[in-house]
Amino acid sequence: MSQSLATVAYLGAAILFILSLGGLSNPETSRRGNLFGMVGMALAVLATVFGPRVSPAGIPWIIGALLVGGSVGLYAAKVVKMTQMPELVALMHSLVGLAACLVGFASYVDTSVQLTGAEKLIHEVEIYIGILIGAVTFSGSLVAFGKLNGKIGGKPLLLPGRHWLNLAGLLVVIWFGREFIHAPTVAEGMTPLIVMTVISLLFGIHMVMAIGGADMPVVVSMLNSYSGWAAAATGFMLSNDLLIVTGALVGSSGAILSYIMCSAMNRNFISVIAGGFGSGAPSKSAASGEAAQPQGEVVAVSAVETAELLREAKSVIIVPGYGMAVAQAQHTVYEITKTLRDKGVNVRFGIHPVAGRMPGHMNVLLAEAKVPYDIVMEMDEINDDFPDTDVAMVIGANDIVNPSAMEDPASPIAGMPVLEVWKAKTSIVMKRSMASGYAGVDNPLFYKENNRMLFGDAKKMLDEVLTVLKS
Amino acid sequence: MQAGTAQPAQRIGVPREIFPGEKRVATVPDAVEKLIKLGFQVAVESGAGDAANFSDDAYRAAGAEIVTGAAALWATSDIVFKVRAPSTDEVALMREGGALIGFIWPAQNPELMQQLAARKATVLAIDALPRTLSRAQKMDALTSMAGVSGYRAVIEAANAFGRFFNGQITAAGKVPPAKVFIAGAGVAGLAAIGTAAGLGAIVRANDTRPEVADQVKSLGGEFVKVDYEEEGSGGGGYAKVMSEGFQAAQRAMYAQQAKEVDIIITTALIPGKPAPKLITAEMVRSMKPGSVIVDMAAEQGGNCELTEPGQAVVKHGVTIVGYTDLASRLAKQSSTLYATNLLRLTEELCKAKDGVANVNMEDDAIRGLTVIKEGNITWPAPPLKPAAVPAPKPAAAPVAQKKSGHGHGSSGPLPAKTLAILFAVAALAFWFIGAYAPVAFLGHFTVFVLACFIGYMVVWNVTPALHTPLMSVTNAISSIIAIGALIQIAPPEAGMGGRPDELIRWLAFAGIVLTAVNMFGGFSVTRRMLAMFRK
Repeated sequence: MSQSLATVAYLGAAILFILSLGGLSNPETSRRGNLFGMVGMALAVLATVFGPRVSPAGIPWIIGALLVGGSVGLYAAKVVKMTQMPELVALMHSLVGLAACLVGFASYVDTSVQLTGAEKLIHEVEIYIGILIGAVTFSGSLVAFGKLNGKIGGKPLLLPGRHWLNLAGLLVVIWFGREFIHAPTVAEGMTPLIVMTVISLLFGIHMVMAIGGADMPVVVSMLNSYSGWAAAATGFMLSNDLLIVTGALVGSSGAILSYIMCSAMNRNFISVIAGGFGSGAPSKSAASGEAAQPQGEVVAVSAVETAELLREAKSVIIVPGYGMAVAQAQHTVYEITKTLRDKGVNVRFGIHPVAGRMPGHMNVLLAEAKVPYDIVMEMDEINDDFPDTDVAMVIGANDIVNPSAMEDPASPIAGMPVLEVWKAKTSIVMKRSMASGYAGVDNPLFYKENNRMLFGDAKKMLDEVLTVLKS
Repeated sequence: MQAGTAQPAQRIGVPREIFPGEKRVATVPDAVEKLIKLGFQVAVESGAGDAANFSDDAYRAAGAEIVTGAAALWATSDIVFKVRAPSTDEVALMREGGALIGFIWPAQNPELMQQLAARKATVLAIDALPRTLSRAQKMDALTSMAGVSGYRAVIEAANAFGRFFNGQITAAGKVPPAKVFIAGAGVAGLAAIGTAAGLGAIVRANDTRPEVADQVKSLGGEFVKVDYEEEGSGGGGYAKVMSEGFQAAQRAMYAQQAKEVDIIITTALIPGKPAPKLITAEMVRSMKPGSVIVDMAAEQGGNCELTEPGQAVVKHGVTIVGYTDLASRLAKQSSTLYATNLLRLTEELCKAKDGVANVNMEDDAIRGLTVIKEGNITWPAPPLKPAAVPAPKPAAAPVAQKKSGHGHGSSGPLPAKTLAILFAVAALAFWFIGAYAPVAFLGHFTVFVLACFIGYMVVWNVTPALHTPLMSVTNAISSIIAIGALIQIAPPEAGMGGRPDELIRWLAFAGIVLTAVNMFGGFSVTRRMLAMFRK
């Protein structure tokens, strides 16, 4: 295959990737979108393998690598539970980051590429930046994986003077970057490169460690974005337009998702991308002292009373949160939904953009439980309907239904759009205890006159509710 | 009711209501159970619940002791739950220093207040509850009774009215729907609107407080405005007396409605004043024969000039119902609601759940309710501290704007200034790159920038439901980095210029393995996820 043919194949692959992302905009076309992605990827790999840049001697190696990696990947995709999706995605990001690092090192030690002047400079800067982004993505994703998995505590780790640490790290990286560019031989350039890699790895760890568990949707999509930029940087390094295009597509899509998540939580997008996320945390505790303490008392109900409330309702909105994912309660939720719908109750779901630990996490879980997607509504679509709703049932969510975001300017989550469940005639909150959510803010919803609390494990309680409903 | 000291559990007594025609009872078996859980003993006079269909056996089953005779009950009870204010005879039965909870109407019954104070009693008047405290709503017996009365008013009207409420087209001809006009959209009025609309009537309603218009509409009624500008909200959520000009306009509107509608239900009350006369004899005469007026304000003199309190009379062919016991006419329902209100009040009084009531005068709600404390008249309570008015929210406006910032590119265009700055920065950056970067780099750079824009355009339209599959597919696509490893593993230049082939091959091999995991895993998990999305 000639160079021109390979280039044309790359162009085709790039178009297929764009169509793939476009297809994901709608559930109807999403499966085709995924297929486009696969075809594009196959085209790109085949064009490369049979292209002018790979000699036949490499083919056995390539096939071996693809077989090993592919079977691991397929196995993982088959056994993963839908509730573990965030972990899997985070882990996969780390692989891309690591691969970017490896390719960067390989490219640096490759002496067959002889460049001079500005071209050499740019090539080395590209290598340097590519490895930097790759390393940050790798270690950051691993930490995110650990946090999502529960292996690392969800609490943000805030080192004293952490912004100064980051700044110092950046300065060191820049200084070593200068050393690296001026290094006359590969061996001499290796030291600054390795120092920089270590600093980047530490930076990635530090950055994600400082972010609380509730903000994980932003982190996961941010790392997604980083893995794209890593691919784009690799493309510059290897002068490969397909890598640049694809990397840019992935990078910007991740950035947009992060932006959407951020605006859903009313946080500053720039501070997230820069890794300075959660910097408001120290002032948080101060602010919550000033924030008005909720008044009133909590009224607890039993599963039986909940079932009666649901049965007598004409319209019900269910608001799921991370608690539903933890308790694996989505199938019971669907059973309840089905039972109520058979009785003529209008049941719908209200999904907050940052419910769960990954963008769209709740939608995936509900889809797994076979909940039809046309009754699963976004926050903006359903918020106006709460006043006409008889029962709003909140399953394992807290901050996303906290009225103080709208009512209390002193609250740490002030200004965050929330699902206005308190406007329903009755709201029922299912929770394990009265503990506050990740934002550490007390929730005045629990004290509202028309709110009822159903304490206990979501799965167990919902099973009881279902039994009563069916009897 | 002494506070603090350890005492044996107190005994709550519920006597039979002796007011003629009163069918309600101050507690019901369900509430008895919960009172006992709070640590109290409960005694009920034999036959107290009969008129409301609660038998002695039902009370006994719930754990109450049945006491025969009012005298024995009053003498042994620490706290007495009543519905109606006690009569002079009942006060005489009351224990020295005992407690009483019920409707008292201290303003209308000064003598009763003196008698109770003389008994060194502690009296909580449920009608004196500060209704604007949202915390107090669960104890608001006036609201629950008004709701029952509003419902019953419609039922009484339907009973006296000779036609269907809902319009029908039958083989025997067309039946027009009844037109109902409801004056006053307080709790009773709203309950009446909902009930009448539920029966299929065309419902119109009016209130001097314009803010209730939405509530009227939400219950299926039509709000009729008075053609005159004046704000009618008095303090505490009640209406106030309106100006002469307004009243003239209002009269004109009522006169008009009287000619059109079949049923008028009036609920207009102004606290501490006789009920306003809204429906004149002239208006009654103008109504169609067979029409019905239910005057829910009959006890306070009536909203209609021709109302006879306690009676249903026919005048000028119009049935005018002036019953003053509407809530009692639905005794089972109103007793249940009232019992729950008293139960909530008892919970407030006995937060320790030890069966001892503690009248905490620091609590705004309890302070308002307590009209006599250990023989000292404490009514009226000082006005409530105005509820902390939330500071004008600077957050509110941004919230409303931000709301649309999510998904679907629905956010408004950037402000011109921000846009100008952005463009200036971009132009500067482009100039810098153009001035210094080599041509080969510029080609790649062009591709890169354009691809960023395509990614932005394409992804912005993705529905939030598909965010997870999108992430997973972009993650799979990011394994395109495999290309980088592929072209390194065995390029045609291998072996040239002292290239460390072995090292590069292993690095590239590891790279391919890693990206292959991602590539195959990412696409197949996306496929798995998307297969689950269905209608």
